[in-house]
Amino acid sequence: MNVQQIVSLSFLLLGFFFFIAATVGLLRFPDFFCRLHATGKGDTMAVLLSLIGLSLYEGFSLTGLKIVFIAVFMFLAQPTATHAIARAAMRCGQEPWVKGKGETK
Amino acid sequence: MNSFFLFQGMGLFALVLLCLYRGAFGPGVLNRIAGICAIGTKTLVVLLLMGFIYNRVEMFVDISMVYAFLNFIGTITAAKYLERIGELP
Repeated sequence: MNVQQIVSLSFLLLGFFFFIAATVGLLRFPDFFCRLHATGKGDTMAVLLSLIGLSLYEGFSLTGLKIVFIAVFMFLAQPTATHAIARAAMRCGQEPWVKGKGETK
Repeated sequence: MNSFFLFQGMGLFALVLLCLYRGAFGPGVLNRIAGICAIGTKTLVVLLLMGFIYNRVEMFVDISMVYAFLNFIGTITAAKYLERIGELP
């Protein structure tokens, strides 16, 4: 294994850790807005790190540039989608969770 | 390196199954949308890993790009629809 493979492997492992954190947040948080907060930020960071690792493994070519393009697009699109769902939930009258109320939907 | 890609793909598949719980049983339609969006982002990385395993990454990268576009458009469409009707179904 050379230096390029070790760097890309560490990026992939870091991204996988962020994926696990986002999934645990999506499953365990008590409210819709808390879950969206976990999965929006965690998945964005995880996809960014994983795609950077994969493009480093591929090297400088057209495929590597396409992977970088997917990373840039996801970095713009994922927060936009999260914001759109959260705004729709607020307009639809979803109540945010407050402390001591227990688990809501 | 190939076996590492394989094991990371299997781990991501397990995470997809965990997210599918929120997508299938999550209370209300909003939790389902959030779960499906999370599944889409994981599937994008799984597709790229499959391309590296099969040594056909120049084909799988296009599929992954289209999957990213469709995931974004689907989430935006569902959010816009919910915002327009103004109440939770």
